[in-house]
Amino acid sequence: MRREVRFSGFGGQGIILSAVILGRAAALYDAKYAVQTQVYGPEARGGASMSAVVIDDEPILFPKVTHPDIYVIMSQQGFEKYGADAPEEAIMLVDSDLVRSRPACVCREIPATAEAKKTLGRAIVANIVMLGALVTSTGVVSSAAIENAVLDSVPKGTEELNMKALQRGFELGRRGEA
Amino acid sequence: MTKIEFMQGNTACAEAALAAGCRFFGGYPITPSTEIAEHMARRLPKMDGVFVQMEDEIGSIASVIGASWTGARAMTATSGPGFSLMMENIGYAVMTETPCVIVNIQRGGPSTGQPTMAAQGDMLQCRFGSHGDYGTIALCPASVQEMYDLTVKAFNLADRFRIPVFVMSDEVVGHMRERIEIPDTVTVVPRRPLEKGTLPFTAGADGVPGFPEFGKGYGVHVTGLTHDERGYPEATDPALHAALVERLVRKVEDARHEIADVTLTQPDAEIVFITYGPPTRTVRQVLHDNPEKAFGHLQLRIVWPFPEDVLGAFPHARAFIVPEMNFGQIAREIERHTCVPVKSVPKLGGELHTPDELLAVAEALR
Repeated sequence: MRREVRFSGFGGQGIILSAVILGRAAALYDAKYAVQTQVYGPEARGGASMSAVVIDDEPILFPKVTHPDIYVIMSQQGFEKYGADAPEEAIMLVDSDLVRSRPACVCREIPATAEAKKTLGRAIVANIVMLGALVTSTGVVSSAAIENAVLDSVPKGTEELNMKALQRGFELGRRGEA
Repeated sequence: MTKIEFMQGNTACAEAALAAGCRFFGGYPITPSTEIAEHMARRLPKMDGVFVQMEDEIGSIASVIGASWTGARAMTATSGPGFSLMMENIGYAVMTETPCVIVNIQRGGPSTGQPTMAAQGDMLQCRFGSHGDYGTIALCPASVQEMYDLTVKAFNLADRFRIPVFVMSDEVVGHMRERIEIPDTVTVVPRRPLEKGTLPFTAGADGVPGFPEFGKGYGVHVTGLTHDERGYPEATDPALHAALVERLVRKVEDARHEIADVTLTQPDAEIVFITYGPPTRTVRQVLHDNPEKAFGHLQLRIVWPFPEDVLGAFPHARAFIVPEMNFGQIAREIERHTCVPVKSVPKLGGELHTPDELLAVAEALR
């Protein structure tokens, strides 16, 4: 089944990396097909950044996301530009401290940046917390696959921090289900 | 054994170049092609290769031409504004019959335009952009896998025909990451060396002279002026100039059926899409989702030289639909070769045609 995931936030949060890790998890560790694409402006930081992943059991023909099933939104501007038109049947994870608006669709509030700062000591791993929550609240890839893909993608010496962030995300995503 | 990777198109291009034996990259970074230069800068020094960041794109292509004359497989990568700057020396590579590969990750133009958005707006520029007449080869990948495979092919074609060969990709494929199978080895067909006793610009039966690599004992004069078979300038002899330019055009154009790389789907179809690059993916989705409508599809992986005879492979065609991320550049070329009505579907702005958009065009023609 084709599933379309859209990530948005501001430049510097690791929005594109999140999509790369998710695509990698699906394509290399869950034996599925995946395509990752992105939209960004010429700015180095700030500005709304968007990246997207298509995951399917069959080879992917049209590579772009047009009707996302799953949204991961990490900034208010990102919500306004890339999340506000989410259809009712979609599911959206929002970073609850950074996004004021709430969508008409199913919404999971994940305090990813707050958790990353408080519990983990580094705001930079907020995107990894979100990825963990994404996996346990949607099952779009397996936990083992995302763990492997995160480990492939993060700098040496940060593996433990990133694994903690991912585990914390797994818990926050499960909590939303209840 | 092949290796499975989840890789960006630009990285796949650089890896393919290295696998094909490219050991020189001269370039100037420009979005959305920069990852190719970055990857080559990291990898080449460890492989006894040379990476040079030049002062601009004119210098970049000049360095590539020089490297090629030492026998190296050499390339550069750029996008719109940089491609425009390269035009003069692309003509020099044509006239001096210098094999090299130029990758253009197309973005929105004119001018600096849309640096981070996709386009296919340089398809006529790569064919006609440098002054004078010449033949050229342009390859257009529609996936990360094709980026890899066609980059390897580009080096073989450049050496085979002694011309600059263009990989005309775009931001969609350049920045897209997807699953790719990387083979252990790739086919490398090296340049034919110049035979002893033959003048350096005396062509073989295929219109291509053997290559007198610098440092192998040849004394060769290399000039952009019209030259005789020794390579010496002879710029006022009308017959000599006409024969030289005709050979530069014909060595490519006469081989166009041998060069052609296409995929035909449903040759009995009445409504036929013709694509190159990313719109290919949209059309495949339309065909997959609407099998009962029996649309046909021709994918051109090599657009120049244009393989006009392949249009005849759809004998029942009532319409050719040509979606392009430009204002209809290759639709004009197709019109030139067929009596079948051609429906150009231009899309500007940086986004790929969606399946719904193309289905609507096809339905209107049924």
